[in-house]
Amino acid sequence: MSIWEYANPVKFMKTSSMLLPWVTGLTVICLVVGLIWGFFFTPEATNFGSTVKVIYVHVPSAMMAINIWVMMLVTSLIWLIRRHHVSALAAKAAAPIGMVMTLIALITGAVWGQPMWGTWWEWDPRLTSFLILFLFYLGYMALWEAIDNPDTAADLTGVLCLVGSVFALLSRYAVNFWNQGLHQGATLSLDKEENISDVYWFPLLICLAGFVLLFVTLLLLRTRTEIRARRLKALEQRERMA
Amino acid sequence: MMPELGKYAATVILSYIGTILPLVLLTVWTLWKGAKTRRALELQEERMGRKNG
Repeated sequence: MSIWEYANPVKFMKTSSMLLPWVTGLTVICLVVGLIWGFFFTPEATNFGSTVKVIYVHVPSAMMAINIWVMMLVTSLIWLIRRHHVSALAAKAAAPIGMVMTLIALITGAVWGQPMWGTWWEWDPRLTSFLILFLFYLGYMALWEAIDNPDTAADLTGVLCLVGSVFALLSRYAVNFWNQGLHQGATLSLDKEENISDVYWFPLLICLAGFVLLFVTLLLLRTRTEIRARRLKALEQRERMA
Repeated sequence: MMPELGKYAATVILSYIGTILPLVLLTVWTLWKGAKTRRALELQEERMGRKNG
């Protein structure tokens, strides 16, 4: 069996309808457990007080904001190279989810920054690259809507995705490149000494899983809708021609 | 049952509202658009089926 089988819309619809109930159930469990654990049952941190609880929403949304763009890059490349329609539609379906995740990262970052840094916003490398990433998401969605021919739209948005990847990667590594910004270094590390303490790490891990699963659930639902919308458009055209 | 959030209570609560609200809106929009498209496709298929049948 090849992964390219799922590029067939019929196969995709069948497989996604089987997966959806399971993924949805897991999403709800992880989000409810992770957020309740993080909000109600974690202690205050010495440096940050109770604002440490913001990491359970800020870190997963920021990670998803970047990773969704990377996923869009991969599916756009598949479209540009192999011309599989489902991959182009999956990229289109993912964009609003990525845009919302970026918006959440910006909102929660600003809300946290006000008491901690004394300002809602600073032209810090990571904050600025995230704002640019947010604008790229908006531009990507606008481009899809602006072009009538879906194949041309998929081509042009694919190229835009390629360009935007620079900012997605910059957002990810900005804290490592520049030290002059306000934003602190990465919260998570594979090095146990540098990683946050277990009391915060375990609920955060569940929240991360919840956000990833939420993305998968919404992506499956939205891609199914895009496939149906494409079929509807084709049928309407056929009816007009008849 | 509310945890003791101290002087940062507003920050923490606003962050959670700023996360949950957009996610709920996105989910509702996704479900609404999905149901609308599905209904429109079913109607179109039915109409074309009647014409051809």
